[in-house]
Amino acid sequence: MDVATIVQVLESTLRLATPLLFACLAGLISERAGVFDIGLEGKMLMAAFMSAAIAYVSGNVWVGLTAAVFASVVLSLVHGVASITFRGNQLISGVAINFLAAGITVVVAQNWFRQGGRTPSLSGNARMQRIDLPFVDAVRDVPVLGPIYTILSGHALLVYIAFLCVPLTWYVLFRTRFGLRLRAVGENPAAVDTAGVSVVRLRYGAVAICGVLCGLAGAYLATGLSAGFVKDMTAGRGFIALAAMIFAKWRPWHAMGAVLLFGLLEAVANRFQNIEILGVGVPVQAMQALPYILTVVILAGFVGKAIPPRAGGWPYVKEH
Amino acid sequence: MALNEPAMRQETAASDNAIELRGISKAFGSVQANKDISIRVRRGTIHGIVGENGAGKSTLMSILFGFYRADSGEIFINGKPTEITDSESAIRAGIGMVFQHFKLVENFTVLENVILGAEAGGLLRPSLARARGLLKDLAREFELNVDPDANIEDLSVGHQQRVEILKALYREADILILDEPTGVLTPSEADHLFRILKGLKEQGKTIILITHKLREIMDVTDDVSVMRRGEMVATRVTAQTSPTELAELMVGRKVLLRVEKTPAEPGAEVLRVENLRHVDGQGVERLRGISFGIRKGEILGIAGVSGNGQSELLEVLSGLREAEGQVVLDNEALPLSGSGCDGQSRRARRIAHVPEDRQRRGLVMNFHAWENIALGYHHDPLYNPSRWRMDNPAIIRDTEGKMSAFDVRPPDPQLKASGFSGGNQQKLVLAREIEYEPDLLLVGQPTRGVDIGAIEFIHQRLIRLRDAGAAILLISVELDEIMALSDRIIVMFDGRIMGERMPDETNAQELGLMMAGMA
Repeated sequence: MDVATIVQVLESTLRLATPLLFACLAGLISERAGVFDIGLEGKMLMAAFMSAAIAYVSGNVWVGLTAAVFASVVLSLVHGVASITFRGNQLISGVAINFLAAGITVVVAQNWFRQGGRTPSLSGNARMQRIDLPFVDAVRDVPVLGPIYTILSGHALLVYIAFLCVPLTWYVLFRTRFGLRLRAVGENPAAVDTAGVSVVRLRYGAVAICGVLCGLAGAYLATGLSAGFVKDMTAGRGFIALAAMIFAKWRPWHAMGAVLLFGLLEAVANRFQNIEILGVGVPVQAMQALPYILTVVILAGFVGKAIPPRAGGWPYVKEH
Repeated sequence: MALNEPAMRQETAASDNAIELRGISKAFGSVQANKDISIRVRRGTIHGIVGENGAGKSTLMSILFGFYRADSGEIFINGKPTEITDSESAIRAGIGMVFQHFKLVENFTVLENVILGAEAGGLLRPSLARARGLLKDLAREFELNVDPDANIEDLSVGHQQRVEILKALYREADILILDEPTGVLTPSEADHLFRILKGLKEQGKTIILITHKLREIMDVTDDVSVMRRGEMVATRVTAQTSPTELAELMVGRKVLLRVEKTPAEPGAEVLRVENLRHVDGQGVERLRGISFGIRKGEILGIAGVSGNGQSELLEVLSGLREAEGQVVLDNEALPLSGSGCDGQSRRARRIAHVPEDRQRRGLVMNFHAWENIALGYHHDPLYNPSRWRMDNPAIIRDTEGKMSAFDVRPPDPQLKASGFSGGNQQKLVLAREIEYEPDLLLVGQPTRGVDIGAIEFIHQRLIRLRDAGAAILLISVELDEIMALSDRIIVMFDGRIMGERMPDETNAQELGLMMAGMA
């Protein structure tokens, strides 16, 4: 395996990890506040569709992005109303959002574009442009540093934003008043309530942030990673993000590590589709299944004791 | 001038009261939890509120802390009419509350819990530094020492309670409400708490103490109010009342505070325990070589701070846990592991068990009373004549009999266990176990969370079972109960027996020291 291949795989790792990272941080913030969200997948899918559709119509990827975030936040608020205001079951609400998004995206796409439930492919300003870091050409041939800098360069803006979100999330969670209250409400909402802080407002805040991040994940998927929306294009990434979040035990830096691992596997699977082990060809499908198999293996065996936020999954009911 | 005088007097009188409630009423559905309650709490005093479970004490305090809105009535804080709509406005009015079940974030540090909701700005660092300084001052002033960087889950219950008090003081509360604060404390922790409260009182703070322990009321309060069935029935100056009067006011009839019993007439030894050892699932040795015996017709009380092996002892003897060592019942060994070590086999050997936690172990809360009465005895030929099809009408008839024998209210076999009050749930369990006339009754915390009236009844029943010749092993964290009921007392500490005393040859101080592992 030569350096060029490794660089290629690692570059693609960063790209593939980006939507996972957004979704993973989205889930992390929501669950830290005590609202379980298995609707990440649905929100990403809805955002992917909205970003592609609106970017195509407007010819501007940023207009598409705004629409994606808006759509995802709306779905988040649906989840919020169901699980915070009406104290419904958070899992059921999440499943409902996944079904809703899976159906509605295809139906609307067919109605608008008549291309079999997909959007027309995007080009030019309707796609996210790659950003070359300064001096990338100059340092390309420097040993060690050169390839690393090359890997980091040439990605869409959202890739950099995603990775900047990691320290930001950490800082907000562990160094600010909002973060303290957010973590507290996921552990013991009664403590927050008796301290004179609104449980409902905090949880809605967390759910809204979750919506924004899912929106970014979906938009990057459709307008950065691919050039348009196709049916079910999230392909379980929302659930892989949840697995990464559990693997990371709800900690931002560990979450980054976890999604990079999943991204690497996906990149490897994409790059080496026809490999032979001991003379026997490994089917493409087996390679593509790798990230999903890893999800199962990690969740079943390697996580150790992952303790979710203690009030996670439960609506807050006042009692004395 | 003369005309203004009465008005002025009223003014000063009003502002002498830290809290005044006028005509507070609150209903939940058809249940009137608080009926037209008026009360005045003088500033700078400790004011006790007593009453049985369900008397409406907690509801009243929850209204004061903004958890519920009263249907009608007015609240005056320091003479000023005050609207309390939520916890935030209660805190702003200078009210702090220490709940019976602490409202702490378990995996946060003490400091984080203290500042939560009262941070000094958007970033944590300055808030934490400020709280650290303040905590140091409070620790010096009021004996409120807690390690500010410890996680809550690593602290003892007594220390967690101090954190709750610190939280209130950090919010500059002038009025502190404590709901059943000593229920979870050891005697020495409780003494410490009362020293803290007295210190706070000297600083001019007003304290409302909700409790069902009359001894605490007599020891620390200045005034005491009694609630019964949602009404405020009396307010007394503590120095001018007595436990007997308060108990009568609470229950609405005469109550025996002392247990009346004749000296035991113990017979032959029923149970012999030798060198009992038990290691729990986490690998901690809970019982480290326990030996004792119980004779017919005696009550052996086991005292100790909870968590020193008493629960495990009870569960080993009732067949719920496996152990090593020797237990002999009526000259025949009792299997401590493998087959024959389960609840059913123990019952076959005429051992009955009233578990410590009636809601988790003693009853199925979602089952009807009659289904609960059959639990564990479902092979009884009366209930199950064909060994296959339960005779439900027979169980219901039998339940009716047991309910009336134990004065379970309401006497309705079809009511779910969760529909009874704590005392009546306990009576159901006792009825089930005692009516089978066991040779040995294992009973844990028989009166935890039970009203005074029901306590009296339960104690009389245990004495009556003893007088009928049964052996009783009583485990309780209430030292008063151990001393009142037992014919012999064993103190456990850290899985060992610290010593044995006769109840009339010892006192609470000595037992307290033994419970703490000293002496």
